[in-house]
Formats: sequence, C-alpha cells, structure tokens
Amino acid sequence: MEVFKYKKPLSLMAKSKRFGLLSIVVLLLSVGLILTKGFNLGVDFAGGTLIQVKYAGEAPIEKIRDALNTDKTYKGASVTFFGSQEEVVIRTKMSSGVLGEDVGAKVSVLLKDTGTLEIRRVDMIGAKVGSELRTKGFDAMLIAIIGILLYVSFRFEWRFAVASVLALIHDITIAMGMIVLFSVEVNLDILAALLTILGYSLNDTIIVFDRIREGIRTIKNPDLSAIIDESVTRTLSRTTLTSLTTFFVVLTLFIFGGEIIHGFAFTLLVGIVVGTYSSIFVASPILMWLGFSVSGFREKEAIKLKRDKEKEKMRAMYENGTM
Amino acid sequence: MEVFKYKKPLSLMAKSKRFGLLSIVVLLLSVGLILTKGFNLGVDFAGGTLIQVKYAGEAPIEKIRDALNTDKTYKGASVTFFGSQEEVVIRTKMSSGVLGEDVGAKVSVLLKDTGTLEIRRVDMTLGLDLQGGLHMLLGIKSEVAIESRIKSMAATVKYLFDDEEIIFDDLRMNEDGTITFELLDADDVTKAIALLKKEIEGTVLSQKSLNFSLEMTEEEQIRTKQNAIGQAVDTIRNRLNEFGLAEPTVAKQGTDKILVEVPGIKNRADIERLKKLIERAAHLQLMAVDEDRIARVNTMSANEAKSFGDVILTDVKTPEKYLVRAIPVLDGSMLTDAKVGFDENNQPVINFALNGQGAKIFGDFTGKYVGKRMAVVLDNLVYSAPNINERIGGGHVQISGNFTFGEAQDLAIALRSGALLAPVIIESERFIGPSLGADSIKASSLALALGFLLVVIFMVIYYGMAGVIANVALIGNLFLILAIMSLVGATLTLPGMAGIVLTVGMAVDANVIINERIRELLHQGKSIGKSIEDGYNNAFTAIFDANVTTLIAAIVLVVYGTGAIKGFAITMGIGIAASMLTAIVGTHGIYQWILPKIDKKKLNFWFGIKQEETK
Repeated sequence: MEVFKYKKPLSLMAKSKRFGLLSIVVLLLSVGLILTKGFNLGVDFAGGTLIQVKYAGEAPIEKIRDALNTDKTYKGASVTFFGSQEEVVIRTKMSSGVLGEDVGAKVSVLLKDTGTLEIRRVDMIGAKVGSELRTKGFDAMLIAIIGILLYVSFRFEWRFAVASVLALIHDITIAMGMIVLFSVEVNLDILAALLTILGYSLNDTIIVFDRIREGIRTIKNPDLSAIIDESVTRTLSRTTLTSLTTFFVVLTLFIFGGEIIHGFAFTLLVGIVVGTYSSIFVASPILMWLGFSVSGFREKEAIKLKRDKEKEKMRAMYENGTM
Repeated sequence: MEVFKYKKPLSLMAKSKRFGLLSIVVLLLSVGLILTKGFNLGVDFAGGTLIQVKYAGEAPIEKIRDALNTDKTYKGASVTFFGSQEEVVIRTKMSSGVLGEDVGAKVSVLLKDTGTLEIRRVDMTLGLDLQGGLHMLLGIKSEVAIESRIKSMAATVKYLFDDEEIIFDDLRMNEDGTITFELLDADDVTKAIALLKKEIEGTVLSQKSLNFSLEMTEEEQIRTKQNAIGQAVDTIRNRLNEFGLAEPTVAKQGTDKILVEVPGIKNRADIERLKKLIERAAHLQLMAVDEDRIARVNTMSANEAKSFGDVILTDVKTPEKYLVRAIPVLDGSMLTDAKVGFDENNQPVINFALNGQGAKIFGDFTGKYVGKRMAVVLDNLVYSAPNINERIGGGHVQISGNFTFGEAQDLAIALRSGALLAPVIIESERFIGPSLGADSIKASSLALALGFLLVVIFMVIYYGMAGVIANVALIGNLFLILAIMSLVGATLTLPGMAGIVLTVGMAVDANVIINERIRELLHQGKSIGKSIEDGYNNAFTAIFDANVTTLIAAIVLVVYGTGAIKGFAITMGIGIAASMLTAIVGTHGIYQWILPKIDKKKLNFWFGIKQEETK
C-alpha cells in the first residue's frame, strides 16, 4: 500500500505566507489565553492537597461537601468526580502549617458517615516545594533548548538551529494554549508531556532539515524554495506515517489509560498534531526568512571540502615522507 | 562540521552477516537477561513473587527448600543460585491475594534457621504509583542543629571545668549564639584556654579580662548544617530499616531536602506510625531539676526561668511542669543501645546504655546529687523525674512513661538509630493506595498492548514484508528496553510506562524512514540490493541526528527531573538507544539474510509498492 506517492514537488513555499499567518494568529491566541485565563496549576506546582477517594457505590458529592465543611481546614474544599461516578477528588489550598497532620486519616474520619470508601491517593505539596518545582521545570526546558541549539548549529548551520527552535517554541506555546483552553490541570506529568513534545517536534523537524541539507548538495537548482518544496514533499510520507503511528498509540493511552494519564495523553495529542504541522509548514519557511543562502552554504561546504582535501594531501605527503 | 559524509557506499552488505550475528547475540542476551534477572514486571503481571537472599557464607540451597516447604504459600517455590554461591533467588507463583502480607518479613522468619542472611530484594522495584506506597519530601530545620550544637558545647564546657576544678561562674548561652562565662581565678586562665582549644573544635574564644566568650566559626556552622542533613538521611534510613520495611529509599535531594519513598505500605495506621518515627527528633537529654526554685514553677515565666539559667518543661502525659537546668547533664549522643524491657509492674520501659564517657559523667552527676531529682527529657518533654537514691555507675538508665508496647518499641528504634541533629518537616507527601496501583497497571498495559497491536497491523498493511521486518525490530526493541531496565534496576512508574508506550510509537520511525528511502530508490529503478544498501546509508544521518536531539532532551530531564519525570526520561532515553540499535543494525541483518529470496516481480508483497511503478 502506498498513500503518498511522489510525483512532483508540492508548491508549499509559494503558500508559505498563508501558513505563516495562520501560525502567528494561533500563536497570538495561545499567548493571549495563557496571559488572560492562566494555567490551572495543580497541587504539584501551586502547593496544596489532593485526596482521591473511591466509594463502593456512587459518590454522594453533596454529603461529602457538607461533611468537609464541618472542619475548619477543609471548609470550601473543591470536590469533583474523577473518571467515574464512584470516585471523587478533593482539593484544598491548605497551608503548609497543617502538613504535619495525617491528611488521609483526618479525611477518613470526616467522611466516615458518607458511605464505604477507600482513600486511594493523597498528594500533599508545600507551597515552597511547588515554587521550586516551577523554577526547576522552567530551567530544564531552557537548558534542553540551549543544548539542542548547540547541537543543530554544530551539525547543520545556525539558521537551521534557530528555525528548529522557533518551530519548537511555536509548538510548545500552542500546546500550552490548548492546556489553558481546556483547563487541564498542570502537574508534573504535563511538564513531562511538554518536554516530550519538545523532543518529538524536533525529531520531525530535523528529519525534514536533513533532507534539505541533502537536497542542497544533490539538487542542481540553487533556488532554496524549490529545494525546500522537493525535500518536504519527499519526506511528507514519512512525517505523516510516523506521526500517525505515534498518534495511534497516544490515542489508545488517552482513551484506555485511565483518568490519571488523561492530561498527559491530551497534551501529547495536541503536541503531535502541532509538531507535525510545524515541521511541514512552519520550520522550513523560517529557514527561508532567515535569509539562508544556498550558494553561501555550498561555498562553505566547498571550502570545508578543500580544507579536508588539503589535509588529506598533507597527510599523504607526510606518510610518503616527502615532508 | 560533519561526521558522516557520504563519499562512497560503505560495504555494509558484505559485512551484514556480522551485523546479523551481533543482533542475534544482543537479542538472545536480552531474552536471557529478562529470564535470569527476572524482569520483575513479568513476575508482577504473572502474579508471582521474586525474593533475592544473600547469605554470609555459601547458601544452603537444600535447607532453604526444606524451610520454604514448611509453609503453604511458599511450598514448591523454585530456589536457584544467583550470581554467586552466596546468593539465591526464590520464585513463587503466589496468588496476588497473598501479596498483602509482608513477603520479606515472612521469608526471613521461614529461613531464620538456615544461616545468617540478608533479604536483598523482593519483587522488582515497581514504582510507587504502580504498587502503591508513600512518597515524602522532607525539609530540615538546620538552624536547630546549630542551637543544639551550642547547647552541647556549653555542657562540655561545664563538664570540663568541673572535672579540672576550674572555678567559673555565670556560664550562659546567649541569643546571638555565643557562650559566655567568667573565670573566678586568674591563675586558671591559661589552663582553661588550653583545655577549650583542645576539646572543643570549630570555635573562636575571645577574652575580656576574666570574661570569656565562645563562638562557633562560620565554617563550623556550615559544616554543622551539612552534617545535620547527612546525619538525618542516615538516621531515617536506619529507623526505616529497623521498622522492617522492604525497600525504603532515603536520599538527599538538592541541598536541604530529603526524599523518602516507602513502597508497599498499605494502611493508614502504618503510615501514621511511620511518619511519627521519621519526624521524631529522638533528642534525649538528662537534666538536673532545679530543686531550689521548682516550687515556683507554675507562676514563673519563660524569661524569668531563663534568667536563672533554667527552662520550663512539661510532662509527656500530664500538664505538670518542671523547672530544670538549661544545660543538660548529658544527651543522647553518648547513648550506645536502647531496648524495650519491663519494669516491676510489668509496664514496658526503655533501657538504654551509655558509652564510657557518658557513664562516667552520669556516675559523677548522680554521686554528687543524691537526694535530688533528675529529669529524663525526650524531645523537650519530661518522661520521668526520678529521685537519685545513690550514685549510679555502669551507665544503664531506664525511661518509663506509661507507653504501650508499640510506642516503646518505636521509641527504642528512634533512640537506637540516633537523634536527628535537626528536626525534619514533611514538606510534601504522596500516598498511592495499592488498588490504584493495580488499576494503573491494568489500564496502561491495556493501552500499551492495543497501541502496539495497532502499529504492528498498520506496518504490515502499509509495507508488506518490509513492515513485518520492522515489526521484528519493534518487538526486539521492546525486549531490549525491558532488559536494560531490569539490568539497571530502573523503577517502572506510571510515566515510565507512558514512556515505553511512546517509544513504541516512535521506534517504528527509524524503519519508516528506511523503508521510504528504499521505496524511493526502487521507484527510480535501482536494483533491490542497491536500493536496500543506499536506503540504509541515506537514512542514517536523519535517524542519527533526530535521535540525538531527542536524547538531549531526555538527558536534561534525567538530570533536572525528579521522581516520576526522571523515570519517564530514563525509559525514553533507553528506548531511543534501543530503537537505533534494533532498527539500523537489526533489520539490516534480516534484509541481508533474505535478500536472495526477494522476488523482483513481487515488490508489492515485499515492499508494498506496485509492480508497474518500477522500471
């Protein structure tokens, strides 16, 4: 079976302005959402307490609220269904001062009249730990980006590096925008998902860039947009297929993986779609806008080649003892 | 710079037998590893248990079998040597219903007559979110360590001067962290200075006529703080080990945090007991009761007590107050052992022993203060304040305080494993119930299996035999990941599982790239052998660069991430490395092997492309 059969290059670059505009609009919307609505920070980052309780039958959510309101520290705690009608999650912004007491035991006592229940999970994060995690997460992202910039500059050229990082920021920002839009609770697993998108989107972009690098060497036409069109079209099949297989797997995770993995899988789904789009339509045009010059690259390559050859000659001479 | 420059085709095919051999060896090794090292995930899914036991000498394998056979659940368990003659692995097909009991403890009891042994591992290190357990992050009040260091220094000064008969007055600890005293006899000055220099390290002594001030140096303060964390990690680890838990993790995290992970803990009562045990400072002090002023203790303010060099403490059970000298006679640092015993009324008590120096100080003190009271103070609460009837030599002391047997036992553990130099605060806590863990395993394995199946079917439909070959690599890849994970003892957590799922999706990528390249060349009318050869060569830089960049992200996560994120990143990193190996080296070998069989007229069957396209 073959879906993407190469016949002639798609004229992607000619339409690059339209894609660019689309990306910028979505990007701005995402930033706007992040700034106005803000993240729904979970206990990992905001600090507080989360208690997951499973009932034998349907959870009596009103009764639970009433029972919690009898206690000062749990008053006004949010109680929501989690995954099914039998499970609830209780969230409070409890101060770290109360952290000494055993939350699970306390809640068991408070809720003992609401039905047969089992405390399945308690997450309690002091405010200090939360803010530390936030800075650490940000640092990790920054360092990963710098590492990638250096590696791609080293293996390709600085414009490739900048283009891939811009595409990366594009993907992550839009993924964050979707997280905000759908009020996904941001915990450590969401951070892990964002970092995975970072790796994944890059993977996609690099494979397209690798083809462009190869195209620059093998395609006679020095017109960059023609080379890009040809290279992107040739990798289109691979880009789509790999994205599809990964998408399948994450989709099964999203559907069958259970409520706990939901946010993680959702973020990845968004990331895969946006990452695939950006590696086809966004990353390469940036390369063009950055003023990448094919003849310049070829000249540099030629100089490198010459240097290599000279070195080889020298070595040969040295080995033959003529020096 | 360029590392892989295409000059001429590498003669890979000529060497393909070697690659094929390498792949087969690696694959066999993986399978072997999974079988021998017991990838415990397999065990977990099968509902069995694996216990690794180390003996002091050679393991008496027959005796072990006999001992196990006496118990119903362990009857017929397989016992094999593991690595050396001293270690054995016990495998049972225990039903998961029995897993609730503490397997490690049970086996210790069963095997107690077979020799000196140590249970080294029970099951695989299934992460907390998969098997349930408690995860805590502790902060430490390191300034308290400095306070107590100053206190113990003051006690030393007092003891040294008394011992050497240097007459002094007004020994006190001040708000600014200095210890001041006045010498009454100018002849003692040189002796006193020499004594303090020799016995108390890390301090600066300043003198104004006969008034002296002793202060900790800044380095000593930093050292004391660092020491407090290191000591807290060791102490908590000792306590948890004595508590009899299978595999607690206690590790320093960052500069001032301690990570505690206790897998397998099941009920709230245990958790509460555990938290008490961890948080307990277990700071033992023996203090002299200020008999001259204790009558006024109920009306005295804390500041007033301070002005006399005293502190007010309350009883552990009753609201009764005690006035005691602020500088203790001695503290828990001189304690060598603590055990639970019973007093004449058959009430549980804790008997503890002091080291030589402690015994001497204690003996001297009790000899001097016969008829007065001495308070046994633990974590600033008075447990008892018995009358000193006679000089007590030998350094054996008893704490009584209306404990239950369990309380006494935990207290003895805490005392034995040493005091925390500084109190710890639980900054974050996560508890995962075992049933949630089981649910997570079920859900994510279902997702993994389904996702895997989808990818496998898709590859065959799309690529034909080339897809089958890619699938072989995919399965090899999965084995390799599991093998490496069990080899390095990586913990399988929920995000770790997600990492595997994701790697499966991405692992086919390399083969997709290669297959697309081969198809491209076939369309150009190249021969099959040449197409495969050049396909692999052309695809290599793309696969290499793409994987290295992803690997960079994974490494950053391993370095910067903690807990769950780290698990995820490790799995992803292992997956990337494994997929490069299986996809490039592994499948290449397979192609070489079947190349003569590939029929030029059946390209649709072999590569999923139509015949007429190729010319």
